[in-house]
Amino acid sequence: MSKAGIILKGIIKDNPTFVLVLGMCPTLGTTTSAINGMGMGLATMFVLVLSNIFISLLARYIPDKVRIPCYIVIIAAFVTILQLLMQAYVPSLYEVLGLYIPLIVVNCIVLGRAEAFANKNTAMDSACDGIGIGLGFTLALTVIGLVREMLGSGSAFGVKFISGDGMLAFVLAPGAFFVLAYLMVIFRQLTKNVK
Amino acid sequence: MAMESSFKNMVLSLTLVCLVCSVLLGLVYGVTKAPIEAAAVAKTNAAISAVVPQFDNVPSEDVFTVALSEDEVLTVYPATKGGEPVGYAVESFTAKGFSGTVKVMVGFDTEGAICGTSVLSHSETPGLGAKMTEPSFYGQFVGKNPSSFRLEVKKDGGDIDAITAATISSRAFADALRRAYDAYLKINAQNTECDE
Amino acid sequence: MEYLIIIVSAIFVNNIVLSQFLGICPFLGVSTKVNTAAGMAAAVTFVMALSTLVTYLIQYYILLPLGIGFMQTLTFILVIAALVQMIEIILKKISPAMYKALGIFLPLITTNCCVLGVAIMVVSKEFSFGGASHMLNLGESVVYSVAMALGFGVALILFAGIREQLELSDIPKAFKGIPIALITAGILALAFMGFSGLVK
Repeated sequence: MSKAGIILKGIIKDNPTFVLVLGMCPTLGTTTSAINGMGMGLATMFVLVLSNIFISLLARYIPDKVRIPCYIVIIAAFVTILQLLMQAYVPSLYEVLGLYIPLIVVNCIVLGRAEAFANKNTAMDSACDGIGIGLGFTLALTVIGLVREMLGSGSAFGVKFISGDGMLAFVLAPGAFFVLAYLMVIFRQLTKNVK
Repeated sequence: MAMESSFKNMVLSLTLVCLVCSVLLGLVYGVTKAPIEAAAVAKTNAAISAVVPQFDNVPSEDVFTVALSEDEVLTVYPATKGGEPVGYAVESFTAKGFSGTVKVMVGFDTEGAICGTSVLSHSETPGLGAKMTEPSFYGQFVGKNPSSFRLEVKKDGGDIDAITAATISSRAFADALRRAYDAYLKINAQNTECDE
Repeated sequence: MEYLIIIVSAIFVNNIVLSQFLGICPFLGVSTKVNTAAGMAAAVTFVMALSTLVTYLIQYYILLPLGIGFMQTLTFILVIAALVQMIEIILKKISPAMYKALGIFLPLITTNCCVLGVAIMVVSKEFSFGGASHMLNLGESVVYSVAMALGFGVALILFAGIREQLELSDIPKAFKGIPIALITAGILALAFMGFSGLVK
């Protein structure tokens, strides 16, 4: 498959949020606004691409029985690097996303791609897979964040377009579930014929 | 093909992976240590300049603490211009927030009037209590002197317009302001003693 | 008294699944039957209490004294993974019956973000249960983690009960499976919002 094909597959056919339904915790927890959703998506993508590349390079030197612990250590290392970099250069975003950054370690998407793709493909292809899945995740989170922000606080990307408040429930926990459910239905209907 | 899963291989590969990762992390930590500290200082400085009148000293270098009680020790950043004090930035807190501690930087001028407030950290509900970070709420305190402006929400007989549907967060904010003002009074009392 | 506040606040007010969004994957994955949900909840409670105990000690007696707080994420996840493995082995030896009941859930727990999430939370956040805010001590940490796990269990079992009923209802085709589960979870979250403000 071509590199572009791999990337596209991650965004649509294997969309981690709407199709594979993985990594639900950050999807629901950090999408109170479009910017936060996008930040979380990009942070996950950073870890995903790097861990995919390194795991595909190292897979052949790691004995089968200890591969999962090894992958987890590699992923945790990149997550920590991300934590340190974010604290240093984007501290305000780091504060907003808080606990969800270290929790990228246990995001099923990252370990899932390592196990399902990176350990049997070349580094180049694995990087593309990481970019594709990462973009799919980022797009999904941004859209969910945007919808919740528009309905809940009457703004888009931090710019207010109505005066006064929106429907608060959408910024709070229940709204996260509702918005994700409806977006998932819409996504499934739209991509039904794209195979 | 993967390496054979012999005991020696397993231990060796796990140890190696852990070792390399730790070294890598140590390196990144070393590189980012200074910027992380700088970011924290920059955040405090930004909050200080947002809440006190113009100054020309470096408040974080003249910092001191005021103990109101054993559990309540507040950090104070004095602001001076040409050697004359122009105000104090008091790092206050409250444990009465809707979902935990709220930390607020409160600035006073030398008369004790509030020049500004800046929320340092909070975990209030987005869209409700979190509105304490918006000017529409904290703007009402600018220029008010707590000696005449009662730091209670209107519901409790005070002068503060509470955030709609977030009375608890508003009360918490008032609590943090009162604590900061207490610290200011204490500093003021000490200064007057010195003058005499 | 304080322990009571911790427990009520962790189970109802700050429910880990419905208001903090941790552990959603098992929440959606193993909640189709009440029995499996109960098994999962029991296994999570066990692992969570034990891992919080161990990671708390590691944080305060190893990482902080050595000044390597940045190794937190890496160490914690390794500890949790190792603990889960160990529990699996021990359980297999001493109580085959319990192993049979809980065994299949154990491997899933390593990647359950509740466990790592709570372990990090208790050592990094200040709590104020009615009184002054402070970092939790060892006893409070363990009680808090057990209470959080119980909250997970309550949400999971309630949810499984509802989903058993949903199986039999007539649902639009596009909503079958995950979407309707999410909407159900949303309604549950709405219900749990009623508890907020109960404990400050």
